[in-house]
Amino acid sequence: MTGADLTFDVVVVGGGHAGCEAAAAAARCGARTLLLTHKIETIGEMSCNPAIGGVGKGHLVREIDALDGIMARAADAAAIHVKMLNLSKGPAVRGPRAQADRRLYREAVQALLRDQPGLTIMAGGAEGLELDQAGGLAAIITADGQRIRCGAAIITTGTFLRGEIHIGEKRFPAGRVGDAPAIGLALAFERLGLPLARLKTGTPPRLDGRTIDWAALEAQPGDDPPEPLSWMTERITNRQVSCGITATTPETHAIIRANLESSAVYGGRIQGVGPRYCPSIEDKVVRFADRERHQIFLEPEGLDDPTVYPNGISTSLSEAVQEQVVASIPGLTKARILRPGYAIEYDHIDPRALTLALEMREVPRLFLAGQINGTTGYEEAGAQGLMAGINAARRASGGDPDASLTRSEAYIGVLVDDLTLQGVSEPYRMLTARAEHRLSLRADNAGLRLTERGIAWGCVGSERAARHRAFATAVSAALARAATDGASPAALSGFGITVNQDGRRRSVLEVLALPSLALEKIEAAFPWLRDLGPPIRTQLEAEALYAPYLRRQEAERRLLEREEKANIATTLDFDAVDGLSAEMRQRLKAARPATLGAAGRVQGVTPAALAALAVHLRRDAQRFT
Amino acid sequence: MSAADTIYALASGAAAGAVAVLRLSGPGTGEALRGLAGSLPPARRASLRRLRAPDGEILDHALILWFPGPASYTGEDAAELQLHGGRSVIAGVMEALTAAGLREAEPGEFTRRAFLHGKMDLTAAEGIADLVAAETAAQRRQALHQADGGLAKLYGGWAERLARLLAHQEAAIEFAEDGLPTDLDAKARAGAGELRAEIEAHLADARRGELLREGLVFAIIGAPNAGKSSLLNALVGRDAAIVSARAGTTRDIVEARLDLAGVPVTLSDTAGLREAGDEIEAEGIKRAERRAQEAQLVLTVFAADQPPDAETLRWVGPEALVLVNKCDLAPAPAAIAEVPVIAVSAREGIGLATLRDRLAEAALRLTGAGQGNQLTRPRHRAALTEAATLLAEAEGAALPELTAEALRAALFALGRLTGRVGVEEILDIVFRDFCIGK
Ligand SMILES: Cc1cc2nc3c(=O)[nH]c(=O)nc-3n(C[C@H](O)[C@H](O)[C@H](O)COP(=O)(O)OP(=O)(O)OC[C@H]3O[C@@H](n4cnc5c(N)ncnc54)[C@H](O)[C@@H]3O)c2cc1C
Repeated sequence: MTGADLTFDVVVVGGGHAGCEAAAAAARCGARTLLLTHKIETIGEMSCNPAIGGVGKGHLVREIDALDGIMARAADAAAIHVKMLNLSKGPAVRGPRAQADRRLYREAVQALLRDQPGLTIMAGGAEGLELDQAGGLAAIITADGQRIRCGAAIITTGTFLRGEIHIGEKRFPAGRVGDAPAIGLALAFERLGLPLARLKTGTPPRLDGRTIDWAALEAQPGDDPPEPLSWMTERITNRQVSCGITATTPETHAIIRANLESSAVYGGRIQGVGPRYCPSIEDKVVRFADRERHQIFLEPEGLDDPTVYPNGISTSLSEAVQEQVVASIPGLTKARILRPGYAIEYDHIDPRALTLALEMREVPRLFLAGQINGTTGYEEAGAQGLMAGINAARRASGGDPDASLTRSEAYIGVLVDDLTLQGVSEPYRMLTARAEHRLSLRADNAGLRLTERGIAWGCVGSERAARHRAFATAVSAALARAATDGASPAALSGFGITVNQDGRRRSVLEVLALPSLALEKIEAAFPWLRDLGPPIRTQLEAEALYAPYLRRQEAERRLLEREEKANIATTLDFDAVDGLSAEMRQRLKAARPATLGAAGRVQGVTPAALAALAVHLRRDAQRFT
Repeated sequence: MSAADTIYALASGAAAGAVAVLRLSGPGTGEALRGLAGSLPPARRASLRRLRAPDGEILDHALILWFPGPASYTGEDAAELQLHGGRSVIAGVMEALTAAGLREAEPGEFTRRAFLHGKMDLTAAEGIADLVAAETAAQRRQALHQADGGLAKLYGGWAERLARLLAHQEAAIEFAEDGLPTDLDAKARAGAGELRAEIEAHLADARRGELLREGLVFAIIGAPNAGKSSLLNALVGRDAAIVSARAGTTRDIVEARLDLAGVPVTLSDTAGLREAGDEIEAEGIKRAERRAQEAQLVLTVFAADQPPDAETLRWVGPEALVLVNKCDLAPAPAAIAEVPVIAVSAREGIGLATLRDRLAEAALRLTGAGQGNQLTRPRHRAALTEAATLLAEAEGAALPELTAEALRAALFALGRLTGRVGVEEILDIVFRDFCIGK
């Protein structure tokens, strides 16, 4: 079937987490958008762990939400167990996490997309890319030969590029269990000469919850009340469930050791590099041989779904061995496996071929987002999809795709900078340790940091914009008052607050920063604090707590700003820079840093090389002025 | 300066000797060797070859060494030619190299290239610069130790420990749910404290390494006509200062360099301390006092035939040497202001050997004689002081993310000493040391 050509501003290929955010964002920015994906019913599918958020990942979700994305809202609609991680630590490293009912999540995503004006959804597979004479993207060709012309396209096909599943010695091509891989697209990328590399990831077997001996296991309840992920959610209404906790035993480890040959990875049938933070149970047993137990969280996949996700035993052992492994675990001795665990190998594109807008440097109007860029995780995928969607919409309307965030503004900025500058050597996952401005990039202030940027880019709806502005005004007023209002040491001691009796007046912010002081005492001294809503008070507390550090970071940031402003022309010939060693030239050519600051972050670039580059840039600047 | 260039330089100094060593480095080294010697010799083995000019004329029979990169001093392809030291031989070979497109190296260019290729860290590169500039044996010892990577090893070891502390702290923050040990926070703080103590001990060095690198300053101070200038001349062994019977002859500071047990010392003769006769003398006295303040050792000089003057007495103390000059004219007291004196006569040469020993002793004590790990530059001190302050902050931080923050900043301070430290290195440690992943 070859119908007449279709025409859209933006075409998004793939209905996973990257594709959904991309399509929704492009449409919010006013682009006539098509979402093209294999199956409409799997849009919003969580291919692995039924949870959204966590430490680092939760930060990303809040940032997606601050730019009016859909992930947090869908997660709230589907949440059945919510936890704020790291509650005993400071606000900067607390990460919200929600376990979702898999079906509810899919339905919520699909509903949000259906309701999005300007967005068309179509079932079908993309097989080819058509370029115009200048080498820019012109159209997407589907498996049925349909030509879809567009102003920009975003490819978000996840693990589907030449995906291959391994279960023990069995292997077969697939995008994930039950889905065919995308081979035509991989060939199209190869023909374009794009750099491809192979990675792998895995997933645990799924268990039938009705065959688990819950009574024998420790139960872990979620937070009460559960805190929503989205700023737009009033409260979470689903019934909340508990997770079970169990662990592997020495017997489990003995079984695994005796059967390593059956593991696809240890049998040598997989070459792709897997993520170190998500190792298979085989890996854990081999690499940490002295450990006697590895913890497993049993996470229900849904309220009306008996499927349970045993978090901690991702594996590519054969099905028979998986049965033995599961049976050796307390509480699971009679558990039935609904679907075996597996490992999947897939191609990804070296993201150093992308600009900060996630557009291919060599193929204008072609954007890539999600796992295809070598990341892992829904949140990482969604964040890229969102940014690619905004930029593709700008590109399609004839504008510059210049919507980007810096490392000091957002985890999204850290993510995109890391990917496009460093590339990946293993599936990339967000960690708070990657963000040098961690203390100011908090999950609790994502809206304050980003929503105004989103309004300027046109991706934030009016309802959120109004809410945000009201909140931002209230926070600034409270901060201003807390900086000016205060009391003398003598007055404070009247409320049981002891500070040095040096006669120096302390501001409310200073008092809030005092270690281990009960909030009631502070509220007694400054009763107006009681009238602030909890979200505003959280802002005050965090600002007070981190103030000295934030000042130092701000000073460092300003110091670096000059380097960040020293642009490196995209045409700069690194071979012509005096004093660079061959290795430095090669690293810089692969990364193509856009600024001197970015060059300094390229892995392995030495201070000496940086100095040589700085001298060259200055000399160049003088030549032109 | 371009790394694409191939460079050469005479490594054996400009003076003519029996053997001259010419060094080559850069991508064109192999080609140049082939041109000179006909073919490439086996790598890293001395080979005797005839060297020819482009027109075929034989220039020399030379010992040549070929070091293919990266296993060379600079990390590039490199070679050494040991020529017969005649001026015309050297000139002929250099001409042939220039004709082959090579150029003469700029000062320090070989070391710069080695640093650029990651062959050495910053402190080792500094050590090489110091080695070239070393004037005395102790300076040479110290520079050699640093060039050999002595400081690089010490600071690199600290940076490694610090990276590990940070990684463990980060693991506790990032993977709290993964059943990690519960004492990671406390251990990170304790580790920060131990490292801080070590760095502080290293810093409490009375600036020995820096003083040796810069050279010591000893100031001679005393009343006019106590014989300070004669003493200086006697110690230096030549007439550096004008000596006359007229009090107040020395008005500005006269300096002479001494090598005391391998330590370079600048000995300063200063204007005599007294009520100034004129403006010039007053300025001279001011300078004398300033110099004495800056000096690492003050030699107070009294005359045996005069009672100790109040101006000079102010400088007498346990840290100063007390000399009584002109002991040939009158007996010297055993002690002045309870400090035992060294009796000398500059004119007769009495007591000078003892004085020299005492000065050498002081020079060795003040500089450590270039032994062991001593920091040698204010840059080192600044970075280490900052690291120690930040470690103290990490030790006392109330929250794990604040400990991490301070540890990270401390690591960067150390990184500035030796090179850079990246996030990836921290994450490598996290995943190597802990079983992460539910
Ligand atoms: C087995 C497995 C285990 C995983 N384990 C973990 C884990 O433990 N922890 C973790 O954080 N993350 C894990 N992940 C990763 C996480 O699921 C992904 O990173 C995330 O879903 C990526 O989102 P995406 O939008 O890039 O791609 P996906 O969610 O994979 O979506 C790709 C979409 O593109 C569609 N598509 C593909 N090709 C075409 C085509 N040619 N034409 C049209 N449509 C196409 C597909 O139908 C699909 O809808 C795992 C993934 C898998 C598959």
